Amino acid sequence: MYLGKVIGRVVCSIKDEALESKTLLLVKRLPDGPCVVAIDAVGAGASETVYVCRGREAAFAFAGKEVPTEATIVGIVDEVQKAQ
Amino acid sequence: MILARIIGTVVATRKDPRLEGKKLLICRPVDPDGHDEKGYIVAVDTVDAGFREKVLVVQGSSARMAYGCKDTPVDAAIVGIVDSVAQD
Repeated sequence: MYLGKVIGRVVCSIKDEALESKTLLLVKRLPDGPCVVAIDAVGAGASETVYVCRGREAAFAFAGKEVPTEATIVGIVDEVQKAQ
Repeated sequence: MILARIIGTVVATRKDPRLEGKKLLICRPVDPDGHDEKGYIVAVDTVDAGFREKVLVVQGSSARMAYGCKDTPVDAAIVGIVDSVAQD
């Protein structure tokens, strides 16, 4: 999993039926990584810091359904504490 | 998943039998502004995308969960046609 910041939204009207009614958000990997499109599983909003699960495990956020995703937002970050 | 633009097609006569009937498209990754990035991906089309359309590409083993790709040797699939990208 990695941290990212929500920087936008993607709208698709024609899409895989397993993606119907799922929110697609643009997430930029922190601190300065690439942009990916992730499915939102927790109701994240604009400019929020989130953590993103990637790979095959990203589909596990939607238990029992085979959702074709390799990036899913599974948490909204309240704060990050770094060791001194 | 990444954003990409379709730039071509691939024709393969001899291929894995499980890939028969599937359309293979060449996709170029793009940034949210629509500018081309480096490289390309050959992806299986599951949504009837067309030339120059902006699409959503899922990569890795998750691509096998796209429609009609179960138990097929696929690691990139087009799962959506992008209407718009809104940036905050």
